[in-house]
Amino acid sequence: MAGSNDGAPKSRWSSGVAPYVEMGYWDADYQPKDTDILCAFRIVPQEGVDPIEAAAAVAGESSTATWTVVWTDRLTAHEHFQAKAYRVDRVPGTDQYIAYIAYDIDLFEEGSIANLTSSIIGNVFGFKAIKSLRLEDMRIPPIYTKTFLGPPHGIVMEREFLNKFGRPLIGATTKPKLGLSARNYGRVVYEALRGGLDFVKDDENINSQPFMRWRDRFLFCMEAVNKAAAVTGEVKGHYLNITAGTMEQMYERAEFAKELGSIIVMIDLTVGYTAIQSMANWCRKNSVILHMHRAGHSTYTRQKTHGISFRVISKWMRLSGVDHIHAGTVVGKLEGDPNSVQGFYSTLRDSKVAINPVQGLYFEQDWGSMPGVFPVASGGIHAGQIHQLLHLLGEDVVMQFGGGTIGHPDGIAEGAAANRVAIEAMIQARNEGRDYLNEGPEILERAAKWSPSLAKALEIWKDITFDYASTDTPDAVVTPS
Amino acid sequence: MRITQGTFSYLPDFTDEQIQAQIQYCLNNDWPIAIEYTDDPHPRNVYWDMYGLPMFDIKDAVAIMQTLTECKATFPEHYIRISGYDRSLGRATTALQFIVNRPADEPGFYLDRQEVSDRQVRYTIRSHSVTRPRG
Repeated sequence: MAGSNDGAPKSRWSSGVAPYVEMGYWDADYQPKDTDILCAFRIVPQEGVDPIEAAAAVAGESSTATWTVVWTDRLTAHEHFQAKAYRVDRVPGTDQYIAYIAYDIDLFEEGSIANLTSSIIGNVFGFKAIKSLRLEDMRIPPIYTKTFLGPPHGIVMEREFLNKFGRPLIGATTKPKLGLSARNYGRVVYEALRGGLDFVKDDENINSQPFMRWRDRFLFCMEAVNKAAAVTGEVKGHYLNITAGTMEQMYERAEFAKELGSIIVMIDLTVGYTAIQSMANWCRKNSVILHMHRAGHSTYTRQKTHGISFRVISKWMRLSGVDHIHAGTVVGKLEGDPNSVQGFYSTLRDSKVAINPVQGLYFEQDWGSMPGVFPVASGGIHAGQIHQLLHLLGEDVVMQFGGGTIGHPDGIAEGAAANRVAIEAMIQARNEGRDYLNEGPEILERAAKWSPSLAKALEIWKDITFDYASTDTPDAVVTPS
Repeated sequence: MRITQGTFSYLPDFTDEQIQAQIQYCLNNDWPIAIEYTDDPHPRNVYWDMYGLPMFDIKDAVAIMQTLTECKATFPEHYIRISGYDRSLGRATTALQFIVNRPADEPGFYLDRQEVSDRQVRYTIRSHSVTRPRG
């Protein structure tokens, strides 16, 4: 047939299936441009599949390629649009490889996490030639981050708005998470706030169930918030969860929260990237703080060889524009290797993040002037761990003690006060130059002498720890010297 | 009531020595100290009156304590707070802020509820110090 390549010498453009390496998706000499988006993937190739070919396949399938040669590539500046795998390192002692892939900025729509993710994680994770695949990290250049507005408020603006400085913010999730009537629910909120918490929170699955419809909850919670503000003289907030089945419902709930004077609303990660960006826009426009509960993330972040690292989700959420996101506690009940969690916290808060293999940070990340996100530490933490929490997580964090407030034997307000006393005593000691990490238990015991609430909290929870091996750990470890 | 604004309101009132230690911490971080006072500690009263300008050039905690003593003598029944300010790029905000003087009897606030339609309530917090001023 005229125009066919049949019978011609095998070339890049010969019809049929060609290795991705030969199609231009591998370039060991490639020097990533400052404007490229870079990805580090953890690849386990199928047996017999060359790791470099596997890396090239990932680059191909996450950019321009399909399974066979297509002549229509020749209508494009294909060299420009092809992602390039440029480095593959074996993870010692395993069948895993870390592949580095560069993507030209022109592959992505400005300001769209949906587009970014549909490219980079769209197809490749089901690719048969690889056993498993994990997106470990991304370097997102300022030329792309500048197409997003980021957190509607950010850490600095939120603190100025709340009039709270110099210490971690503290909160709690209302418990039991399901089943309370709106009126009883509001009681928990009021007691926790008047006792000393800054925030109380709806849980991820509190939306609008038959036992408590959203409007009723919002009305009672705002009574609680305002009354607590009046008895303490502090700005208080309750994260009203506006997660719903449709955007229209979410907007309706957000508008009502605003109308009632709530300073903050919350959404779940399950609403999806586009909904998150839309709610961030709404929050920016209406001066309402946006809290994100990372519901569902462990389905794809926890296993080391398949899925997406939470450090990547952290980057996407900072771009999308949330003011708070749950990012791990290390010491609490949920998964969280200390080094990895510190890497997530840096990614969320810092302006410039350096490469740090121990914390699982594969690339530098320059956030420019994009505001930081408040990481939230929540799940199985209590007053007796304050020194460890402050040491591991720092000051710009929201520490949430749900059970550790509501489970206090003398009541919710006393539980809240115990946490607040513990935090303030630890900050005081730290600022005075004490070795608060090692002297922490002693600092708390001393405060407990004049604070019966703290004394009770320490007594009841002193031995509670959740000591299990982490599944998601960086490859590099610190060698004790 | 006891207003719980500021970093250390849940602790017993600080002694001068404890206040000075916190000032020293700010100075060690290169955070200049400011002193502010008010008789209306409404949670939305952002701009307390400044007792002079922020002390950008005073690096001596003892000298700052002297200024605080003067402020307390002038306004014994006001709220007085101390702030350390971090001017660094990306922060440019207050880094630490705590109350160091309170009236002997804190008047507190009144929560005004205006009932409107659909079970909604419009809330307004009013400072007793403003609605029922002393003297």
